[in-house]
Amino acid sequence: MEGTAVRGRLTWQTATVGAVTDETSSVRTLSLVLPGWAGHRAGQHLDIRLTGDDGYQAERSYSIASAPGEPVAITVERLDDGEVSPYLTEDVQIGDEFEVRGPIGGYFVWDGDASDSVPLLLAAGGSGVVPLRAMLRHRSRIGSSVPVRLLYSVRSQAEVIYRSELSSPADGVEVIYTLTRKQPPGWTGYARRVDQKMMAEVAWPVASGPLAYVCGPTNFVEAVASDLVALGYPPQRVKTERFGATGTP
Amino acid sequence: MSPISRGFHRRHQEAEPAGRVPPGQYVTHDFPVLSAGPTPHTRLTDWTFSIEGGQSPVSWSWQEFQALPQETVTVDIHCVTRWSKLDTSWKGVSLDVLLGAVSYTAPYVLAFCDGGYTTNLPVADLLGGKAWVAYSYDGSALPAEHGGPARLLVPHLYFWKSAKWVRGLRLRDTDVPGFWETYGYHMYGDPWKEQRYAGD
Amino acid sequence: MRLLEDNVLDGNAIGGMLIEVFGAEMTTAVGTCGVCGTRGQVAEMAVYQPRLGTVVRCRVCDNVLMVFVAMHGVTCVDLRGLDSLV
Repeated sequence: MEGTAVRGRLTWQTATVGAVTDETSSVRTLSLVLPGWAGHRAGQHLDIRLTGDDGYQAERSYSIASAPGEPVAITVERLDDGEVSPYLTEDVQIGDEFEVRGPIGGYFVWDGDASDSVPLLLAAGGSGVVPLRAMLRHRSRIGSSVPVRLLYSVRSQAEVIYRSELSSPADGVEVIYTLTRKQPPGWTGYARRVDQKMMAEVAWPVASGPLAYVCGPTNFVEAVASDLVALGYPPQRVKTERFGATGTP
Repeated sequence: MSPISRGFHRRHQEAEPAGRVPPGQYVTHDFPVLSAGPTPHTRLTDWTFSIEGGQSPVSWSWQEFQALPQETVTVDIHCVTRWSKLDTSWKGVSLDVLLGAVSYTAPYVLAFCDGGYTTNLPVADLLGGKAWVAYSYDGSALPAEHGGPARLLVPHLYFWKSAKWVRGLRLRDTDVPGFWETYGYHMYGDPWKEQRYAGD
Repeated sequence: MRLLEDNVLDGNAIGGMLIEVFGAEMTTAVGTCGVCGTRGQVAEMAVYQPRLGTVVRCRVCDNVLMVFVAMHGVTCVDLRGLDSLV
């Protein structure tokens, strides 16, 4: 059985916001101080719980943006009609507290050990890049040389999360963008929503036995996963994590 | 004790018009879409509404349904997930008209729907101008995500009883739990008595 | 196989709740649909969250596999749609 970082029941622990980084005008990374944290695997998520002074509580799940061994960080996108994301992306200050439980997830994980040393195809739709970024950082930290292609579908360059980090990827990592709504002058890259033709050009050949991780809004994941299976990827080699509906493409 | 997250507060803090909102509810101006399964897309040419379990089964096609007496009503609706929406406008056919076409003695119905959803109600709660099969909301055709082509509309009970994608009623001698009732929701669902879960 | 609608999630989204209810990581557990026999990991099942409860359905035939309803501080679980969950 694959190892997990979770044994038995999860408990809520208090997290303190240690640092705040604005990734884009609507996306922020919060680095957390979590003394009781037992460690995590790349791709896992955590649940957070906020409590208002009237006792009202709200819970949400966020992918862990940092690699195992780094301070726990989450990257949050502000949703216009959200209840929690506006608070986390606009109001939260260093020193603020909320509760966290985790890490959670044994399926959408990449450990980089011997069984995972096949070419990786990472496909991110919008904020789906978050757990994939954790995988990339983990790959660097463990000195892995598996070939990686990250296909990152995003509306415009201004909305690219982790832009400077992704503009100088590690050796063996290739980042391919598709800017679906607005492109800078002179852009020669993809400029449309993912489709089968794009996946055929970007995906590792099936013969190399690749592993694919697809994360983002449900319609993105459904399109990419079905395109990969149509290209011959065995379904069990296409791991998926769906974020539901998060606005228009 | 959970630590307080400084500055965090609930989103919904509407003032509630006195007497119109049942206990534990807040008023919303949205119309949330709550789905327990894939959205059916039934073509009007395939749509029928049936009542089974009476002396003989009765069924209307969409054209026959549109030829029945129609009503436009404005009602408040109350979802068990605590949102209430006031002054919603619907057009449809009254259950008084539909049940009036059937000869029956049964005291209960199980409403059945495209996609497999069901909900149970006493017949008495469908009569006397309290319930409709509604196909138009706010002046436009009811969208599929809100239950179109037609849904049950029973505003005096929690809105899970206003079954989306309704295709008919099965008259029954006993009250059997429908979808949410099977999973623990109240068999009757009176929002003024906060009958949310079984045993409330 | 029909594609899931935009608002539908998968078993990853309820990972925390599953640990609370079952006392173990469950997203890699394999369930067998009681209607069509499809076997699949919980992480890949279709998850609907209409706030009345969480409804987990078979990707292939839409059969309801699991339903979770939180009432009065307790989460009630119904697994009757599954033939097995290991």
